[in-house]
Amino acid sequence: MKFGVIIFPGSNCDHDAYWTIQQVAKQPVTFLWHESHDLENCDAIIVPGGFAYGDYLRTGAIARFSPVMEAVGKFAVGGGLVLGICNGFQILCESGLLPGALMRNVGLKYVCKPVHVRVENADTPFTNVCREGEVLTIPIGHMEGNYFCDEATLHELRREQRIVFRYATSSGDIAPDANPNGSLDNIAGICNQGRNVLGMMPHPERYSEPELGGTDGFRIFQSLVGVMVER
Amino acid sequence: MTTVQISLITPELIREHGLTPEEYEKIKQLLCGREPTITELGIFSVMWSEHCSYKSSRVHLKRLPTRSRRVVQGPGENAGIIDIGDGWACAFKIESHNHPSFIEPFQGAATGVGGILRDIFTMGARPVAVMDSLRFGPITRSMGGTPATSTLDIPKNHSLLEGVVSGIASYGNCFGVPNLGGETKFEPCYSGNPLVNAFALGLVRKDQIFYARAAGEGNPVIYVGAKTGRDGIHGATMASEEFSEASEAKRPNVQVGDPFLEKLLLEACLEAMQSGAVIGIQDMGAAGLTCSTCEMGARGHVGIEIEMDRVPQRETGMSPYEIMLSESQERMLLVAQKGREHEVFRVFEKWGLDAVEVGRVTNDGKMRVLEHGAVVAEIPNEALTDDAPVYKRPLKRWEPPVPREMPAYIRFGEAGDLTGHLRRLLASPNICGKRWIWQQYDHMVQTNTVEAPGTGNAGVIRIKGSQRGLAMALDGNGRWCYLDPRLGAMHAVAEAARNVACAGATPAGATNCLNFGNPEKPQIMWQFSQVIDGMTRACEELEIPITGGNVSFYNETLGEGIYPTPVLAVVGILDDVHKALRPDFIEPGRAIVLLCGSEPGDATDAEAEFGSSEYAKEILGALWGYPPDLDLEKEAVLQKILIDMAQAGLLDSAHDCSEGGLVVTLAECGFARGLGMNIELSSQDLPAEFILFGEDASRVVVSCDPSNLPRIQEEAVKYGLSADSIGETASERVEIRLNGRLVVSAEIGKLRDEYECALEKALWADVETVTIA
Amino acid sequence: MKAYVYVSLKKSVLDPQGKTIQSALKKMGYKGLEDVRQGKYFELTLDGGLPRNDAEAEVTRIASEILTNPVIEEFQVRLEEQP
Repeated sequence: MKFGVIIFPGSNCDHDAYWTIQQVAKQPVTFLWHESHDLENCDAIIVPGGFAYGDYLRTGAIARFSPVMEAVGKFAVGGGLVLGICNGFQILCESGLLPGALMRNVGLKYVCKPVHVRVENADTPFTNVCREGEVLTIPIGHMEGNYFCDEATLHELRREQRIVFRYATSSGDIAPDANPNGSLDNIAGICNQGRNVLGMMPHPERYSEPELGGTDGFRIFQSLVGVMVER
Repeated sequence: MTTVQISLITPELIREHGLTPEEYEKIKQLLCGREPTITELGIFSVMWSEHCSYKSSRVHLKRLPTRSRRVVQGPGENAGIIDIGDGWACAFKIESHNHPSFIEPFQGAATGVGGILRDIFTMGARPVAVMDSLRFGPITRSMGGTPATSTLDIPKNHSLLEGVVSGIASYGNCFGVPNLGGETKFEPCYSGNPLVNAFALGLVRKDQIFYARAAGEGNPVIYVGAKTGRDGIHGATMASEEFSEASEAKRPNVQVGDPFLEKLLLEACLEAMQSGAVIGIQDMGAAGLTCSTCEMGARGHVGIEIEMDRVPQRETGMSPYEIMLSESQERMLLVAQKGREHEVFRVFEKWGLDAVEVGRVTNDGKMRVLEHGAVVAEIPNEALTDDAPVYKRPLKRWEPPVPREMPAYIRFGEAGDLTGHLRRLLASPNICGKRWIWQQYDHMVQTNTVEAPGTGNAGVIRIKGSQRGLAMALDGNGRWCYLDPRLGAMHAVAEAARNVACAGATPAGATNCLNFGNPEKPQIMWQFSQVIDGMTRACEELEIPITGGNVSFYNETLGEGIYPTPVLAVVGILDDVHKALRPDFIEPGRAIVLLCGSEPGDATDAEAEFGSSEYAKEILGALWGYPPDLDLEKEAVLQKILIDMAQAGLLDSAHDCSEGGLVVTLAECGFARGLGMNIELSSQDLPAEFILFGEDASRVVVSCDPSNLPRIQEEAVKYGLSADSIGETASERVEIRLNGRLVVSAEIGKLRDEYECALEKALWADVETVTIA
Repeated sequence: MKAYVYVSLKKSVLDPQGKTIQSALKKMGYKGLEDVRQGKYFELTLDGGLPRNDAEAEVTRIASEILTNPVIEEFQVRLEEQP
C-alpha cells in the first residue's frame, strides 16, 4: 500500500502531507509530478494545499487540466481514494470530481487559524475512526474557502449524507459565528457519491503532531490507513 | 574602448542621478579620465546610491560585533549564516522596503517579502520563517503623544496598514513560508513615513551553502527567472531621497511581485544547486542586473561580461541603461560550470522558467556590458564596490524637544481608575492584540510552527529530523531611541534577546534594520552613530553577533523625520524544541514570580523614566524624560538563568515585561487559557501607576509549580537577581493589590475581549462591513 | 482582431467584494448607486487565422470552459476588429 502526493507548480503543502504520511503515519509515500499520467500504483492520492499554477485565473482552474489530474479522475471513477486538502479541494471541485465551487471568503481576507468542525458522516474512508457528531479542531488557511453550490446540489449532498465536515462551535453547534468564510450551510468538507473522494478546507496535516498544537487532523490519516490495510 | 553613444553628460543629468559634482569627478578618475557613457552613469548612480553603497553608514557599521564561534557568514553576503548544530546552519536577514510601501503599500510590501526571501534561498537555504516589523502613523483619534497628528491622516494610515498587511500576506502565503508575526507600532512620526521591515530565515546544511561569488574564466553567466521590464528603474536611488509631493508621481518605479514565480524560482534554484553545476548565485534585487554582476565579480576577483541582446525582456525597445537598472522582481544571476550548463537549463525548464546564458566570466576584474557586440559600459568592479564613496558625515549632538523632567501638571495616586486605565492600555494600538494582522498570514504552512504569532514572546519553529528548534523575535522602540538613541538601541537588542530567552532559547545571532532620516543632517547622523554605539555595547555584553542587515536613510517627508528606529531581529537556538516556553499561564493555583534584573531606582529616576512609557503616551497624552535604565550585565544573567530554568523544566511559562508594564504583562499571560490571578504588590514611596504600568527593563513574569519556588528563588539570588513571588494564578478573576489595597479587579475574559478586538474596531470605524443576507 | 471577455459572479451568488465597494461608495457620498458587482476582464489578441464566426465560437468556448466556473460565474464576449 502506498500514498501519492501530487506536486503542482505552486503546491506548498505537498511536503507537509508527505511528512505526515511518512513520519507520523509511518506509511510508504511518493511524490507525483503534475505532468505525469502515471500514479505509480498508489492506493490513495493526496491533492495538497498551495497555489497551483499561482491560482491567478481561479483557484484550481488550471490544475484540473494537468495530466496527473486526468489520471486522478480515472482513478477516482474506479473507486480509488482521493483526499483534496484546501487548494486540493478547490481543484477537485474544478475537475468535477466534487460538486460546487469555493469562492472568496466573505470577509475578503485570508484566514489562518484553528477551527472546529463537526464530523457529519463517520462512515467514510476518511472519518471512520471518528464518531458522528464529534468535534475536531483543525486549522484552516485560505482566501477562497467559501463553499457554494445550487439548491438542488445542496439538497442532494444532504440527502446522500455527503457533507462530511461542517464548521461548528467547540460544543458542536452549527452557528453562523463558527463559520470562518461564509460557506453555504457551514460546509467544510464534502465527499462524492462513492465516498472515495473527499475535499476539505481544513488542513489535517497541520494538526497531526502534538508539538504543532493538536492531533485531531491525524484522525483523517488514521482512517485512511485503516481502510487501506483492509483493502 | 569604443563608445557607441555620444554622451552628453550635463550637470543636470548628474544631479538627476543623485550624484554630486565631486562624485562625478571621482567617476571620471576611476574611468582613467574619460567621461562615462549614459549607461555607465546610470550604473554608477545606483551602485553609489546610499541604498547600495552604504556610503554614510559604512564607517559606523564597522563598530558592530560580527563574529562568534557560531558565525559562518557575517555581513557582506546576501544574508548572514550561523551554525545551529547537527550539521544545520541558518541564514537570516532583515531588510526595509519603506519607500516603495508608502508609494504603493500592497506591492511595496509584497516585493519587500519577495526580496528578502531571495536573499535567503540564494544562499542555498530553504526559507522556513518570515516576520515583519511595521510602523504606521496613528490609527485612532485617542492617541496622545507628540507631535500632534492631523486626524486626516487616520484613514490614510488605515489604508496603508491594510495594504501593507495584505501585500505581505499575499506574497508569503502563496510562496508557502510561515509568517511568525513580528511587531507593529503606531506613532505620529510614521504618518508620512511608514516602515516595512521584512525578516526571513532559512535552513541549509552547513556543507551546502552557496555564495554570491563568480569564479573560473570562461564559465557561463546564466540569467534565470522573470523577464526584465522597465519596472523599478531607479528604485535604489528613490530609496536614497527624501519624500516630497513629487515622489507620488514616481509610482511607475514600484515593482510588481509574482510570488508564484518566486516559489518556482526557489524550487528550481535549490534543485539546480543540488546538481553541483552551480558555482555562485546572486539575486537581482536593488539595482538589478548591475548589482549582481559587479558584486559577484568583485567577490570572486574576476570580471563578468554580459550581452544585453540575450537578456530576456518583457517589453520592446529597452536600452542597455534600462536593462541594467531595471528592478523587475524574481530574477537571479548564476555562474555555472562550463560544460554543465545543460544541467542547469534542464532544471529550470522543468519548472517552466527562463534560463539564458547572458555572458561569461572574464579574468580582467571588469564589468563589461555589450549591446549588438559593441561595448556600452566597461567599469572595473572595484570602482562600483570598494571604491564607492565613503563619507564620514558630520555629527551634531541633538536633544529631543521634550522635557526631561515630569511636567508639573501631572499628578498620580489620587484614586484614579486603575482598572479602567489597564483596559485602555490593553486596547491601545501599540499594546493590543494584533490578531487582525497575523490571521491574514499563513503561519502554519511547512508544519514546523511550535509557537504561533500573537503570543507575545518569540516565534518558534522546530527543525524536522532533529530535536532542535529556533526562536526568533523582532524589537525596536523608536520612541525610546528618540529620547536617547544609545540607550534605546541597547533596549532593542536586550528586549529582542529577552523575548528569545523567554522561549527558552539561547540567543545566537542578530540582524538589524536601521531606519533613519536624512544622513546629510548632522543631528540625524549623530542619532545613527549613537544607535550603533548602543547596539555594539549591548551585542557585546549579551554576546550576540550581528551577521548583516540593512540601513534605510531618508525616511523623511517634507523635512519631517521619523524617530530613529533601529529594529533588531534576534535568532536563538533551542537544543530541545519540546522545552520551548510559552507566555501563557497553564492552570489555576500556580505560583507567579517576577524575575527582575533591574534595581528599583529612586523616585526622581522613576518619574523621568515613566515619561517614556505607553501609559504616559496613552493615558496622559504626554512624553518626557528618558527610557528606563538598563544594566546589561544583569540582563545577561537574567537571560542565562531563564534559559537554564527552562532547560531544567522548572517553569510553566515565561513572558517578558515590556510595553504597558507589569500589569499588562500579567493580563497577557492569562489570556490564552482565560486564567485570572491574585497578585500582591508592595511599594514604599512610588505612585501606584509606576508600580503597575512602569516599564523597567530586565523583568520577566514566570509561573511555576509552587514547589519549584524555593529553587527558582535560590538560583536567582545566587546570580544577584530578585525573584519575588507576587501571587498565584486563579480561575477567572484578575485581582491585584498594592500594599494590601485592591487596585485592579476585572474578569480576564472581558480584558481579553478588549485586547483582542481593539485593532479590528479601530479599523472598522470607517469601513462598513458586509452583512450576509 | 481582439476579443474581450467579461466574467462576473452570477446574480444569484453573493459578491462580497462588490458589496464592500458599494457600501464604501455610499459612505463616501456618491449618489445614485443601486448595486456594484465586481468581475474579471480578459483581453485576447487573436492571430487572425480564423474567420469571425469561428473565432467568436472559439473564444466563447475558452470563456465557458476555462475562464469561468459555471457553478458561480457568467460571462460576456465581445469581438472587435482592429484598424
